[in-house]
Amino acid sequence: MDTLREIRRSALLAAWFMVLTFPIMVIRVNTITNTIEWRWERLILISVGSFVGSLVWNYFQRRKRAQGGPRPQTADLPADLPADLPAELPATDIGSAPLTPPVEQRTWVDRGLARVGMSRATFRKPAVAVPLIVAALGVAIAYPLVTSLYQTNIMVSALIYVMLALGLNIVIGLGGMLHLGYAAFYAVGAYTYALLNHYFDVGFWVALPIGAAVSMLFGILLAIPVLRLRGDYLAIVTLGFAEIVRIVLTNWSSLTLGPSGIRSINRPTFFGLSLSLSQSINLTYFIALGLVIITIFVVYRLENSRIGRQLVAMGEDDIAARAMGVDTVRAKLTAFALGAVWAGLAGVLFASRTTFINPESFRVWESVLILSMVVLGGMGSIPGVILGALLLILLPEYLRPLSQYRLLVFGALLVIMMVFKPAGLIPKRRRLYRLQPEEIPVPDAGGDS
Amino acid sequence: MNVELFVNLFFSGLTRGSIYALLALGYTMVYGIIQLINFAHGEVYMIGAFTALIMTSVFTILNLPALAIVALALLIAIVWSSMYGFTLDRIAYKPIRNAPRLSALISAIGMSLFLQNYVRLAQTSDFLPFPRLIPRIPFLNAVPGLNSSQFVIFVTTAVVMVILTVLIKFTRIGKSMRATSQDRVMAMLSGVNVNRVISITFVIGSVTAAIGGVLISSHIGQINFYIGFLAGIKAFVAAVLGGIGSIPGAVLGSFVLGLTESYGAGYISSDYEDVFAFVFLVVILIFRPSGLLGKASSQKV
Repeated sequence: MDTLREIRRSALLAAWFMVLTFPIMVIRVNTITNTIEWRWERLILISVGSFVGSLVWNYFQRRKRAQGGPRPQTADLPADLPADLPAELPATDIGSAPLTPPVEQRTWVDRGLARVGMSRATFRKPAVAVPLIVAALGVAIAYPLVTSLYQTNIMVSALIYVMLALGLNIVIGLGGMLHLGYAAFYAVGAYTYALLNHYFDVGFWVALPIGAAVSMLFGILLAIPVLRLRGDYLAIVTLGFAEIVRIVLTNWSSLTLGPSGIRSINRPTFFGLSLSLSQSINLTYFIALGLVIITIFVVYRLENSRIGRQLVAMGEDDIAARAMGVDTVRAKLTAFALGAVWAGLAGVLFASRTTFINPESFRVWESVLILSMVVLGGMGSIPGVILGALLLILLPEYLRPLSQYRLLVFGALLVIMMVFKPAGLIPKRRRLYRLQPEEIPVPDAGGDS
Repeated sequence: MNVELFVNLFFSGLTRGSIYALLALGYTMVYGIIQLINFAHGEVYMIGAFTALIMTSVFTILNLPALAIVALALLIAIVWSSMYGFTLDRIAYKPIRNAPRLSALISAIGMSLFLQNYVRLAQTSDFLPFPRLIPRIPFLNAVPGLNSSQFVIFVTTAVVMVILTVLIKFTRIGKSMRATSQDRVMAMLSGVNVNRVISITFVIGSVTAAIGGVLISSHIGQINFYIGFLAGIKAFVAAVLGGIGSIPGAVLGSFVLGLTESYGAGYISSDYEDVFAFVFLVVILIFRPSGLLGKASSQKV
């Protein structure tokens, strides 16, 4: 019975979508020759697509509902609560109740590992961790030597996006602030190097820290007006800031050469050696790899540092964090500045890799693309964000024929992730502190207090 | 001081302001009810314009009389846009009504990106010429600097505002909308069908957005899949300027923004036209975060 109803519902939905998408999908008007093209075959596509889509959607919705949100933690309460509680509970000093050691939430990763007899702790043992890291490094170093130049080039761009995504993750994943202008800092880094190189012939290695510093300056500049803002306003102001940067880069032609961009930017050099094109691409790869490793190291350290914890607290609840003594002004400034630093580094690297930049590379959708990586992987989860960036850059590269649908899929992906898996592919694990159950004082049933 | 230029800029500012107002209403109403920036609102406006363009072309080829073409195209654009608005809410926002606001915002951005590319792939990424739907009105020749499409835009905006005010102030559904925006849970307890109210809000917002989309496209004369994004952001700025959640505020903010942009582009530099809106937004949020007509609210803990 239930499946029948489900099918009827999906059929109705398919009909709705056929009507809904009819004008845009089916009719196509050629305004020059004044002819209409009717593309009826698409209607079939829509009906089948939305029918199947609806069934899948409903299935997952049911499953999500069955799993429920956070389960009530009944284990924490004594099983035999007295039936008639006294009207007034005695004041209990919960503050002094001892806390259990932090419990880490289990995610599907842990459950999967447990099935093969392992846990995350397995990977923390040096005997396991060291060979794994060495193997990963080995693969990463051997990669450009065994694959073609084309593959290396793609990997460089994937690594740049890993840096960007990890940088944005500081602001979004830890600080909980929706930053929609991240591409602006990327642009600042790229333009810093391009302009210095164009006008003063400054090399890559000198420009790298300068790009990061300039970008950080812009980060602080943006952070000042948004200090008082939260949520939506913050998102829209950062978006506006990014647009301002792009418009200025486009229109200030005397400095930035306008929309035509800056060309023949120098590639990175290596102690003054003259390199062939393939060597210099490999060098770029290793620089990108090195920067990514540094980034990963820094963000791991950051996460467990004082600043990192302050950021997480602020992301959870601004006011509560302030009440607990977190200097939210400083935390916000730090998050924006740190995020901007990585964007600046990535920007310098990007400019030196492509040797040509123009303002079009830094549109709003670039920021949204980086946001998608963070969201897909899991906000606040470092392995997740890395996975998200690699997936979103490498998959479209290898699915070339489908690349025109890339943005369509990204848009749908953002919605689907938010509806079904808001924590991302590899969710961040949060430490939970609990009061030790036996220490919760239970009022006597007699109520003589 | 060149009077003719000044008057021209005034009218073009008012035109912009009217269109922003039609869009900003949708933002402000949705925000008032579910505290969400509906990023995809600009896309609904764009889809309205596209539907109208497609329908006009079809009816022109079918040789319908001019007035019928305008009326039918506008009607279909409005109906379809509101269907899009409704579906949008059901897919992207309703399942996560109780999730953190960041989720809804990301979902909204995803929806905006999706709809833009849906139109790009199903139609075209080129600019399409949009027919002049609004006929010349002879008696307006007496007013220098005002053309008939601008006049029609003002009148339509004014009429829509009046209808909307009446709807919200004096009807049952308006009352439920106000109740929902004040306190959703309480409204639910008092027997308001909150989900229906939210859907209706999306539909009303989409209707005004579609009207704005069709009018401005006919005025400017060309459209592409990207027009909704910037217009949407600016309309949001206008809504914030006036105080988000306040309907008269959205209208006031839209006119202030439209005139500022128009005079800024005319007297300072048209290259930086789009910058004014964002600078305005930042300044307003720093000095008067609740907007021109908004009520200052402290955050509940």
